[in-house]
Amino acid sequence: MRTDLYTHPDYYNMDDLLSEEHKLVRDAARAWVKKEVSPIIDEHYEKATFPMHLLKGLGEIGAFGPYIPDEYGGPGLDQISYGLIMQELERCDSGLRSTASVQSSLVMYPIWKYGSEEQKQKYLPKLATGEMMGCFGLTEPDHGSNPGGMITNFKDAGDGEHVILNGAKMWISNAPFADIAVVWAKDETGRIHGIVVERGMEGFSTPEMHGKLSLRASSTGELIFVDVKVPKSHILPGRTGLGAPLSCLDSARFGIAWGALGAAMDCYDQALRYSKERTQFGVPIGSFQLIQKKLAEMITEITKAQLLTLRVGQLRNEGKATSAQISMAKRNNVEIALNIAREARQIHGGMGITSEYSIMRHMANLESVVTYEGTHDIHLLITGMDVTGIPAFTREMPDLK
Amino acid sequence: MKILVCISKAPDTTSKIAFTDGNTKFDENGVQYIVNPYDEWYALVRALEIKETSGGQVTIITVGSAADEAIIRKALAIGADEAVRIDADPKDAYYTATQIAEYAKTNGFDLILTGKETINYNGSQVAGMIAASLDFPLVSLASKLEVNGSTLTLEKEATNGLQIVEVSLPAVVSCAKGMAEQRIPNMRGIMAARTKPLTVIPAVAVEEMTSYVGYEMPAAKSACKMLTADQMDELVSLLHNEAKVI
Ligand SMILES: Cc1cc2nc3c(=O)[nH]c(=O)nc-3n(C[C@H](O)[C@H](O)[C@H](O)COP(=O)(O)OP(=O)(O)OC[C@H]3O[C@@H](n4cnc5c(N)ncnc54)[C@H](O)[C@@H]3O)c2cc1C
Repeated sequence: MRTDLYTHPDYYNMDDLLSEEHKLVRDAARAWVKKEVSPIIDEHYEKATFPMHLLKGLGEIGAFGPYIPDEYGGPGLDQISYGLIMQELERCDSGLRSTASVQSSLVMYPIWKYGSEEQKQKYLPKLATGEMMGCFGLTEPDHGSNPGGMITNFKDAGDGEHVILNGAKMWISNAPFADIAVVWAKDETGRIHGIVVERGMEGFSTPEMHGKLSLRASSTGELIFVDVKVPKSHILPGRTGLGAPLSCLDSARFGIAWGALGAAMDCYDQALRYSKERTQFGVPIGSFQLIQKKLAEMITEITKAQLLTLRVGQLRNEGKATSAQISMAKRNNVEIALNIAREARQIHGGMGITSEYSIMRHMANLESVVTYEGTHDIHLLITGMDVTGIPAFTREMPDLK
Repeated sequence: MKILVCISKAPDTTSKIAFTDGNTKFDENGVQYIVNPYDEWYALVRALEIKETSGGQVTIITVGSAADEAIIRKALAIGADEAVRIDADPKDAYYTATQIAEYAKTNGFDLILTGKETINYNGSQVAGMIAASLDFPLVSLASKLEVNGSTLTLEKEATNGLQIVEVSLPAVVSCAKGMAEQRIPNMRGIMAARTKPLTVIPAVAVEEMTSYVGYEMPAAKSACKMLTADQMDELVSLLHNEAKVI
């Protein structure tokens, strides 16, 4: 990739609504990304490898659990800071942000919210530095949009101390290298619990999934449990039921809303620069109305998304953001990012399909982002349910005869 | 060792540059400021390295308004121990240097570091004026600085080579590229910066020595011409006839 010249568009002076500390956090993340990630990300994307050497740096810029309080080794920042860090990471690559999202919202968050004091002390400080990495196992081969139907389960081992875990999870980000997995599984009564499974436990394996044509710089795998004996002390005691993993998804989706907007801003930033530099028919292509239409629509959508995203950040800081509000932000921002990536790619002509520019990589990455953490359509159904009060997720199979 | 690092603001390189008041004043409207890179990357980081190896205290100072506290927090986040802001809108290098020298006189610093210049005014004068006010030796544009007891050994770039000089402390040094490597503030630093002391001091009266007659923008860059790798003759001809560089 060429020199990373990224600066974020700020058409409505949104920066004036951020605190000095927010800007400091964002600028530090941006400087780190430009120095450490931009120069190497394409190579990892092409080879489909996760840049393991970046874990320490990610910890240092606060990408792992930025809102986790000091007593558990986190920096205790607010939700907007979390959003801004995710935005800077995804601005460079959605895979990098995915790793940070999973560690923060899907591993640290449930341990912090629902873990015992002992579990928090044991895991959180090491997860904050990146010395220990985690993954989150909810999706199963036959249960994606409908995680409540999961079949992964545990039963009492009968020794008073352990449970026996069986089942399989699929599509799990960070699984191939994670030291721990926060796994959602049903007890003998069918109630869902979170359980921390450690690498090395007998019967637990994490084979890598290959052949992804999206999110290639992120490592994805399966979690397989064959009679894994897990101490009962590894069960998160604070909350049970599907609401527990869904609350983690709220946190992660919030970060994705910020992140996807970052990808959109990166595409726009490059497209704007290119349209001023590239000359055809003797004039910069930015002087053509059709190019200006694309750019004007991009910056309009970005500005609308910036307003929506900051507002959901303020609500989340106040503890008032609803799951449905977060859903809308995730859905909207990923959609505009995908559209902007496609338009930006066209503005770049043939150059747009090369790795000289990050646009095509963003476009391919966003195809995962639009599906994971609730597909685009599932989020639409969440909004639909929220405004009508009628859930439309399930239906009776019509009699086809 | 007590080190004072002088920090100035500079517009972010992406800021739109414009002037007001009949082109006699820089238009600050909508401009985002950063720490002047020479101050941050070289002067401050070298000061922190010295503190880390030989102990001591790093104070940063800026002459500016409350709006400049953002750059102060960044410098604290990178690792300075405390900050001083002289509450004034600096008029010129003499004004700034006099304020800093006044503060330094009563606070006994062993070493005063500045960047070699600001990236907006490129004046390179403040360090020399501070040194003159305090009657300290000055080494300007140093690219390397080592401390041995009360002696500083410095390197400066000279035509076709290096100049190596020694001075005794206390001294003033303006720092150029090579002195240190940029440090990105980490989360711990950003959190610590919240509680580090920032003292605001009123400015002393200083005679105004400069009046601004006018600012002008440089000539606009002409459009970029793209050639393919096989158009070697065309390239040579353009460089010769149009750009007139060969
Ligand atoms: C790169 C990547 C990383 C991932 N990382 C993780 C991870 O770390 N942890 C984890 O637990 N999971 C992870 N996932 C899984 C992800 O959350 C699921 O892929 C997602 O929830 C969709 O499930 P599915 O793929 O089984 O699709 P399905 O649920 O089978 O959906 C297929 C299609 O049917 C539609 N559909 C489904 N139900 C309805 C309905 N009721 N009404 C209308 N349309 C419907 C969907 O919108 C979609 O278009 C990851 C996925 C990817 C691609």
